[in-house]
Amino acid sequence: MKKTLLLALFVVAPTAHAQTATPPAYIDGMKPIMDESNYFHGILNQFEGRYAPGGSAFRWDGQAWYGGDYNRVWLKTEGTQQRGHLSDGDQELLYSRAISPYLNLQGGIRADLDDGPERTWGALGIQGLALYQFEFGATAYVSDRGRFATRLEGSYDFLLTNRLILQPQAEFNLYTKSDPRRQVGAGLSDVDTGLRLRYEIWRKFAPYIAVTYSGHLTQARRIAHDQGDPTGTLRFSFGIRSWF
Amino acid sequence: MSFSSKSALTRRRFVTSLAATGALTQTRSAHALTTGQTLLPGAIPPIAQTHYDLTVGRTAMTIAGKSLNAPCIDASVPGPILRWREGDDITLNVTNNLRVPTSIHWHGIRLPAPMDGVPGISFHGIPAGETFTYRFPVKQSGTYWYHGHSSMQEAIGLYGALVIDPIAPDPNACARDYVILLSEWSDVAPHDIVSNLKMQGDYYNFRQRSLASLFGEARQDGLGPALHDRLRWSRMNMSATDISDVTGTIYTYLMNGQAPDQSWTGLFRPGERVRLRFINASAMTFFDIRIPGLEMHVVQADGNDIEPVPVDEFRIGVAETYDVIVRPTQDRAYAIFTQSESRTGYASGTLAPRPGMRAPIPPMDPRPVRTMVDMGMGNMHDGMKMEHARKPAPAQHDDMPDVDMGDMKMDHDDMADMPDMAMKPAAPPIQRDDPGPPPINVENQNVAMMPTDRTGSPGDGLENNGRRVLNYKQLRATRPGSDPRPPTREIVLHLTGNMERYIWGFDGKKFSEAAPIVLRRNERVRFTLFNDTMMEHPIHLHGLWSELENGQGEHRPYKHTIISQPGSKLSYLVTADAPGMWAYHCHLQYHMDLGMFRTVVVL
Repeated sequence: MKKTLLLALFVVAPTAHAQTATPPAYIDGMKPIMDESNYFHGILNQFEGRYAPGGSAFRWDGQAWYGGDYNRVWLKTEGTQQRGHLSDGDQELLYSRAISPYLNLQGGIRADLDDGPERTWGALGIQGLALYQFEFGATAYVSDRGRFATRLEGSYDFLLTNRLILQPQAEFNLYTKSDPRRQVGAGLSDVDTGLRLRYEIWRKFAPYIAVTYSGHLTQARRIAHDQGDPTGTLRFSFGIRSWF
Repeated sequence: MSFSSKSALTRRRFVTSLAATGALTQTRSAHALTTGQTLLPGAIPPIAQTHYDLTVGRTAMTIAGKSLNAPCIDASVPGPILRWREGDDITLNVTNNLRVPTSIHWHGIRLPAPMDGVPGISFHGIPAGETFTYRFPVKQSGTYWYHGHSSMQEAIGLYGALVIDPIAPDPNACARDYVILLSEWSDVAPHDIVSNLKMQGDYYNFRQRSLASLFGEARQDGLGPALHDRLRWSRMNMSATDISDVTGTIYTYLMNGQAPDQSWTGLFRPGERVRLRFINASAMTFFDIRIPGLEMHVVQADGNDIEPVPVDEFRIGVAETYDVIVRPTQDRAYAIFTQSESRTGYASGTLAPRPGMRAPIPPMDPRPVRTMVDMGMGNMHDGMKMEHARKPAPAQHDDMPDVDMGDMKMDHDDMADMPDMAMKPAAPPIQRDDPGPPPINVENQNVAMMPTDRTGSPGDGLENNGRRVLNYKQLRATRPGSDPRPPTREIVLHLTGNMERYIWGFDGKKFSEAAPIVLRRNERVRFTLFNDTMMEHPIHLHGLWSELENGQGEHRPYKHTIISQPGSKLSYLVTADAPGMWAYHCHLQYHMDLGMFRTVVVL
């Protein structure tokens, strides 16, 4: 062993600079600390019942990641169950690369899986923290049929106290072409937004009450209206935000 | 013996003490058996020893209602206090009864590199079921400590105190002499803590600014300024209340292994001088220490004697040690009050003439709030100094304007003192290894634009609190340094991190991405640290002394761990007189493990 160590010392010969390019030979290749570990976390940002005279719904929106400081695999999922139908079912599998102090570049695939017709998309976007601790995501999609779409998401945690937190949140979807069978219109197509007041009993478990609005916009609004569906509903909601 | 011993206490108290520390009823340490005595926490063994058989094992322990299957030495937390004597050759057989590898590092001890106890760097570690023999001569004296250096075992109980008697008569010998070892206890596993911090950097901070706290701030500073300050921090995506990554939310703070309600007690007779050897053996907590009603004379820092400094309070960074002498004259109890810097909890104990006495515990101070000084944006009244600090300066002396006046003088004095060097026209030009300001990248959130010299500050939360609080400029060694040479090289390092992603490092790189720092044998080097983060970092260099350049000239203090304050710049000198590979890192456990670590190679 001593020989190995001596050899290692010769390899890192003194140079003009403090730091040489040659890494030292750690004994038996053992590193003194493990700063390249992988972690696994998942968070359900929305897991809620939404109630309104016009119709109630159940909605979830969550994401999970596995990986280290730079490279992670993400799974994102959202969907709305309403009158026995699953809509807005959107699943994404993304590779993510940290590119700046707060931003991650993400790319992968998105599949619209619900009771409507299936669509598959390639995805490329950024997610992270903007200034003023504003959480946001912006993703561009291109479908297997050559269509384009964009999703913009944002949320902000406003601390009333250290455990009582008010969170405005919004998600917008834009499409280049209409897709009536999925009630998608060209341009700004739909919005899902909420104002949630959660209480962090502990960090990983926070029940909340909310006012949420989900609806179709512009062209999609006419499509929904023509199909006899509500164009937009404001609902009282409650749910649980939790993570592991 | 003048030390507190079993006979000095009533049997009842002795028994409760045992119950309080949990597993002591199990097999006691081999060394305790050999001395034939069971020592109370904080009591220094009466006789120095040269031979130890220590066992690392796991023991289920409950302290303050929090149960933990902790790795510990000889079934106790903290491990036994080891007492050595300067000049002796020490042999320690450490047997690992864990199912995973372990190691013990002798913190602050100057020894041959293979005995230092850092797996991968100095030895193989101690595999499960095996015994490793540490053997080295003791060339120093003072208060030190030891701890595990494997997979965060230190954070859950693998630590203990080390007291080394000097060969020469101790100028600070006292009738009473106690170790006061501070640490934390949590039932949350270190790996879970790290994982939580990776997901949410402020996971353990429940003292953030909120709407509720705005009213108080607005009353104090006016609504406009209060909002403005909040927006400024928010714009940087940082938090002015980011004081400590892990807090009293999950930690119970311990004094000699005892929770505050157990109140560890040291006895004294009124009028006696009592020496208290404070050791911060915690993983993540800075403590602010005071003993209401008593003046403390700080006589030793990191094991080395300093000119006594009378203070009311001092901050002890993780891994630092400070010896203080107090002289209680009244026949009453005094609280030893050590609040965490985040003010989310405290450890406390009692100095009392009789067992069972208690003193009132003072209320905790308000938690500090970080300012733009902590962000490295300097101090508005101090513009000139900042200009200087960032100016690239090729010359050797002029580049440390705000730190080094004393040392400049020292260099000249030394020349005058040394006949050989009297003819020397000037010191050799200093080589500067300066990477420049680190990049803003995934691993680095901030660059201190105007870092200030903060060695004269006692630290955030302690300035202008009406008490005399120790600062680094007051540390003056009782003896001049042993190496009078000026440095020939300056190594500039930036302490960096990303709190949001919970990544830490130097120069915007974590350990696994960085090359080692190479020193030539016997080279005299100046390390200059810029702290680009908004947190304190206790920087520890293994195997070598760090001589803090605090304006005390040749009497600069020798330290093994130096606190770099947020947004600050400081420097220290190192003589690379011990060959081998050494660890160099921030001693906050989770900063170290997530990248604020370098290997130093002395060739």
